[in-house]
Amino acid sequence: MRKPLITPTLAIVLMLLYVSQSFAETLSIKEVANGIFVHQGIHELPDPNNKDEIANIGFIVGDSCVAVIDSGGSPEQGEALKNTITATTKTPICFVINTHVHPDHIYGNIAFKQPNVKFLGHKRLRASMSARAPYYIEAAKRDIGLMLTPDNFVPPDIAVETTKELDLGGRTLVIQAHPTAHTDNDLSIYDTKTKTIWLSDLLFMGHIPVVDGSLNGWIDEIQKLRSIDALLAIPGHGPVSANWPLCLLGEEAYLRVLQTEIRAAIKSKQTIEKAIQTVGLSAREEWKLFDQLHKKNITTSFAELEWED
Amino acid sequence: MSVSINFRLLSLIWLILPILQNQAVAESEDETAWNKSLKKQFFSDRTIEEDSQTINISAPYRAEDPALVPIQITSLFPQTKDHYIKSITVVIDNNPVPFAAAFLFTPDAGRADIATRMRFNAYTYIRAIAETNDGKLHMAKAFVKASGGCSAPIGTDIDAAMSRIGKMKIKLEADKVQLNQPNPIQLLISHPNITGLQMDQISRMVKPAHYMDEIRITFNDKLIMSGKTDIAISSDPNFRTFFVPEKSGDLKVEIKDNLGARYTFSQSITP
Repeated sequence: MRKPLITPTLAIVLMLLYVSQSFAETLSIKEVANGIFVHQGIHELPDPNNKDEIANIGFIVGDSCVAVIDSGGSPEQGEALKNTITATTKTPICFVINTHVHPDHIYGNIAFKQPNVKFLGHKRLRASMSARAPYYIEAAKRDIGLMLTPDNFVPPDIAVETTKELDLGGRTLVIQAHPTAHTDNDLSIYDTKTKTIWLSDLLFMGHIPVVDGSLNGWIDEIQKLRSIDALLAIPGHGPVSANWPLCLLGEEAYLRVLQTEIRAAIKSKQTIEKAIQTVGLSAREEWKLFDQLHKKNITTSFAELEWED
Repeated sequence: MSVSINFRLLSLIWLILPILQNQAVAESEDETAWNKSLKKQFFSDRTIEEDSQTINISAPYRAEDPALVPIQITSLFPQTKDHYIKSITVVIDNNPVPFAAAFLFTPDAGRADIATRMRFNAYTYIRAIAETNDGKLHMAKAFVKASGGCSAPIGTDIDAAMSRIGKMKIKLEADKVQLNQPNPIQLLISHPNITGLQMDQISRMVKPAHYMDEIRITFNDKLIMSGKTDIAISSDPNFRTFFVPEKSGDLKVEIKDNLGARYTFSQSITP
């Protein structure tokens, strides 16, 4: 056996150094509108290097309360977000809003779990967390090198059925629970004070949209979203903020290409194998991670659209 | 500052190293389970040839969705009374239930081809073992990188699948069938096919298994294909196979699930 480069004792010392350093770690943030802070994610698949810290996450500051919007892709990122909030404002954190079940939006939850912090989610979020936890725990270990337990999935204390108003002091957030679109548990947050709509993964920009709910449902939902009286939108993946409602165009075009071409494939009795190879290739240049995620979108959507008629 | 960054890098590498090593092991195309136990369990000491004259299996090397992996098994000769494939058994080595399905074919199928969609719970071989009418066994295999398909959430449309449970569709490739030759058909069956492995980690409850376990296809009451299926079949089971009509008639599909519910569907076929 070769002599290890780093002895176990030295490794522990190094790890302690690493851990002690991470305590003060903060995230880069941008104030996109008065009191609305967003950390920009990156267009990558989850891996051990990025630790699934890939989504846009952030917080909204009122006179009496801060609401965290998505806690991040790892417990460490959750801690870093918390440090960022304390470094930005003296206002206490009262709420954590999970926009949906995906790991890059909820794995920071544990960092915020305290008696005086209430977690909010879609009425179907709890069930979705329950169903996915064992699968997600395994995937986190395999793909990210993150050891999780069921405690990392902090289910919502407050389940949003349709809409809910949240008073942060001097500003009211309107939280809306959507029908199945990106997932079956999507929430959006509208800030009445600045007319900002935080769409999270109902809006993808640059990063290819991921269909994990219903293709048809998502397209329908985009039509309804369009009428929201907003000035600014915050996507779950993409820039920290974008022009409303123009920012919906790219995502909608991609989803419609999927819908049109899969319908045509089904109508002409093509197999799913063939559709996976041929549908939607014209959109390839427009999206990051197209090669990694587009085929999965076709697979999921094909199985949905087969039962349309 | 630069020194501390280097320290952090080193400790990161130290932390990541075991993960990389694990991945290397997981990705090797291991056949231990088959050689040590599965082969004996399903076929005792019978000889299984890995020839390339009987069947092919095609599966994506890297699956896009572990809960819905398209699999195609293709026979390499037509079914005739003298030379035909009697059965095809499908085994997924590293799934929690390795037995995926077994299909019985008659010469009336025309071709002993079957395509379906399956769940994969680990990086694993999938193998199809065909028994020809002379009693010999022939195997084709493919390696698939996918994981978590059996414990994966059943998709968000479980309510939709439950509300239309037992609904079926038969799709023919062409509007009319060709008499006296193999015609491809596609069967769409709505069934949630719950594996019984999807644990609710918060309530510690497992959603009980509820899956299709038998399928039977007949044409004018003559058996074309029958099969036993297990939890590896994806939600809303989908099968593509062949039949040979000698005149117009009724193509009938009957399925049964593990709770004993039976569903049938038939469609009249005209040339």
